Amino acid sequence: MKLFLILDVALGFLMARLRQSIVAAVGVTFGVAMFIALVSFMSGLNDLLDGLILNRTPHIRFYNEIKPSASQPVNRSLLFQDAENFIRSVKPKDQGKEIYNSKAILQALKSDPTVIDVAPKAATQVFFNTGVIEIAGIVNGVDIQAEEKLFRFSDYVLEGDINDISNSSNSIFIGKGIADKLLVDIGDVIQVTTPKGDISSLKVAGIFQFGLAEIDNSTSYASLATVQKLLVKPASYITDIQIKLTDIKNAPATAFALSKEFGVDAVDIQTANSQFETGSKVRTIISYAVGITLLIVAGFGIYNILNMLIYEKMDSIAILKATGFSGRDVQGVFILLSLIIGIAGGLSGLLFGLGLTALIDNIPFETPSLPTIKTYPIVYSGVYYVIGITFAMVTTFFAGLFPARKASKLDPVTIIRGK
Amino acid sequence: MANMENEPVLRTKGISKSFFDPVENKVLKDVTFQIERGSFCSIVGKSGCGKSTLLYILSTMDTDFEGELYLDGQSLRGLSNMELARVRNEKIGFVFQFHYLLDEFTVLKNVILPGIKLGKLTKEQLEHEAMGLLKIMGVDDQAMKKPNQLSGGQKQRIAIARALINKPVIIMGDEPTGNLDKKNTEIVFEIFKELSQERKQSLLVVTHDDDFARRTDRIIEMEDGRIIKS
Repeated sequence: MKLFLILDVALGFLMARLRQSIVAAVGVTFGVAMFIALVSFMSGLNDLLDGLILNRTPHIRFYNEIKPSASQPVNRSLLFQDAENFIRSVKPKDQGKEIYNSKAILQALKSDPTVIDVAPKAATQVFFNTGVIEIAGIVNGVDIQAEEKLFRFSDYVLEGDINDISNSSNSIFIGKGIADKLLVDIGDVIQVTTPKGDISSLKVAGIFQFGLAEIDNSTSYASLATVQKLLVKPASYITDIQIKLTDIKNAPATAFALSKEFGVDAVDIQTANSQFETGSKVRTIISYAVGITLLIVAGFGIYNILNMLIYEKMDSIAILKATGFSGRDVQGVFILLSLIIGIAGGLSGLLFGLGLTALIDNIPFETPSLPTIKTYPIVYSGVYYVIGITFAMVTTFFAGLFPARKASKLDPVTIIRGK
Repeated sequence: MANMENEPVLRTKGISKSFFDPVENKVLKDVTFQIERGSFCSIVGKSGCGKSTLLYILSTMDTDFEGELYLDGQSLRGLSNMELARVRNEKIGFVFQFHYLLDEFTVLKNVILPGIKLGKLTKEQLEHEAMGLLKIMGVDDQAMKKPNQLSGGQKQRIAIARALINKPVIIMGDEPTGNLDKKNTEIVFEIFKELSQERKQSLLVVTHDDDFARRTDRIIEMEDGRIIKS
């Protein structure tokens, strides 16, 4: 009953200043809508940019690094056991790129429950030959099913069927940059020269584009068997093992543990790509800061209008108090007034925000580097809407609180006697 | 409590008040008096004699004073603002020089607003009550209009109806006819007289109008912060 009465009075005041109230509510609407559109769009963009790198990066990669031997002969000598040994001009030792005992390692990784899947790789540098011109590049011998599962390879394929890599031997998928330089298309045969000088002919089965020129201009994919044959190596020859984990956060610890266990070098995704996480964080902070600034500005609008309203309605406040409304009641009236503006503005802001994001979601965004992206990226998440409406309510509550306190402290005697 | 009926509706003991701006200025000096139930009193005096100040203290809106104040047998010393608001709502009807109706609401709503606040009757009962009061005031045909569509005399009569809605123990008026012409002053006086005689309503009115005062039951004359004749 009491709340109903206060609401009744608040609505009366609201109607008396309907136009200004609507302007104030529109301010909130604009703030909430822009906040939602901005954050949804920014998150979409973050996911897109992160996906560009992170989707194609294994959580942990095992490989053999070229590095000096950890224990130099002098350290093993009993004679110099207690001495501090200084060795200059140490040369790195090439143990070969091959991961030894790869079959057993693959088996162990595949049975590990924290590992989603394992993708072995045999990579080698090659020259792509056309006439007298040689283009330096890389052939990755992969298990295409594992590659697809881990890195969604098919998302980046412009032409061709990825299964052709494993189905027909001596077939190859090449980057768009190489295809353009070599002037070849699907079905054409290209020649590759291995570091050892062996020349092979491979049939182009498809063309892909990752959107990173560096990779598109140099990389190609073939089956593991094709690359092993190219290098004249046995079927166990593998240079890299790539895995994805169920929880990406465990990558550094797991990488360290597995590296010790298998005696292979390992690098985790956080170490390899620390800059991307930083970029995402900064972008998110900026979009939240801009959105919240908009809402605070809207709050100032409400504050102004309520202050004006209280000034205009001093007589009414005085008589409400004289006829038995307490300061708390009057404060309630103005806070409620502010919250009504906030709720009305906030809810329509949610709708406009959804509309705005849907609009952005339908704007064509076609870039040659991202063949699967057709429109601007948007993330639809209820969390943004909850944050938006919550912050709108909090802002309007505080915008109303200060004028309301002022109104509650008005002394009716000074107003009535001042006439 | 047993002799509630004999207890004066309003009683003061040694009320004093000073303003300190810019120097101490004692506007009320040891004011002690009482008003019997059902009497129609007027307070008269020259400008600045403290009569309005006294009225606002009696009405509980001004709490900054020394002395004792009893309304309907209850001491109002030390009550919180919430409690005082409740007292004003339930026991005091106020009529000002200016009508102070809320332009946002209809006449009927203006009258029942203090009643809704009190919460003793339902909205329908209050509306029925209010229509009866407006009828007594002779403005029942204006009930659905907004106050800014009415004349000064009509507004003042509606303000009186608003003061009566909660059946207060006393009606206080601060120059209730100060803004009205002769004819409307007469109407308002007749209403007060009728309330006093037929409903045994206690009334206390501050006025400048000697003619108005002379026709009330009792005149309290003030000068220089003191009651000189009552």
